[in-house]
Amino acid sequence: MFVQYLAFAIFSAFAIIGAAMVVWSRNLVHSALFLVMSLFGVAGLFILLSAPFLAAIQVLVYIGAIAILIIFAVMLTRSMTAIREPFNTQSWLGAVIGAVLFVSLVAGMILPVWGWGSLPTLPQSDVVGTTRDIGIALVSADGYVLPFEVASLLLTAAMVGAIVIARED
Amino acid sequence: MVIPLWMYLIVAASIFSIGVFAVLARRNAVAVLMGIELMLNAVNVNLVAFWRYSTTDSSMGGQVFAAFLFVVAAAEAAVGLAIVIAVYRNRRSVIVEDVDMLRW
Repeated sequence: MFVQYLAFAIFSAFAIIGAAMVVWSRNLVHSALFLVMSLFGVAGLFILLSAPFLAAIQVLVYIGAIAILIIFAVMLTRSMTAIREPFNTQSWLGAVIGAVLFVSLVAGMILPVWGWGSLPTLPQSDVVGTTRDIGIALVSADGYVLPFEVASLLLTAAMVGAIVIARED
Repeated sequence: MVIPLWMYLIVAASIFSIGVFAVLARRNAVAVLMGIELMLNAVNVNLVAFWRYSTTDSSMGGQVFAAFLFVVAAAEAAVGLAIVIAVYRNRRSVIVEDVDMLRW
């Protein structure tokens, strides 16, 4: 369907251009706002992949919490928002590594293994990950209830750790 | 005509490579953390795409794994930014090159 391709193009453009601008903008506040743009594009991709719950979580947790947390950190370290030279002296090496990684991922793995004409190229039409399905999978005994509890323990530990580390004393 | 799998994978690969570049090249520690967030997001796109296009597995494993990755990303962002703020309070800098106490 043409509409699906159009939506995919728009959302991937959001995600990729936002990610590129995160790296390129010198002002960190702009970087954080472009990060929000990139995360929004990824949320759109989740909707195209029929994962509406993950798209909602992406907007709520990533854009609503993590991006705001990053903006808070930028504001708290305010004198550092305008560094004259945002890249270190070895940034050319980082660019080379990133480019080599991308080319080897695309040419070495994605196109040969999952490229044109090879399976699987069609999505399962009967799989729709509704919120009900993911909720049942998360808390049912033959599902993922143990990782679910471990995840809540991890969140508690991270919260306590963040408070202890950032506390003034 | 649906969108083939490799398009999602290429989008995720490009976001991941941009994140790697951000981690390796930026000097500000908050920007480095943003690069890590970008990489985690690219991995999430890959997970959900493979779940959606899988022909053998019809369970919710891929989406559940992606949800756990959200948890890990949130924990990482909270602790990482707390460390950045603690370092800024002690050394008046968030430039990663200035925090070289463990450098030999």
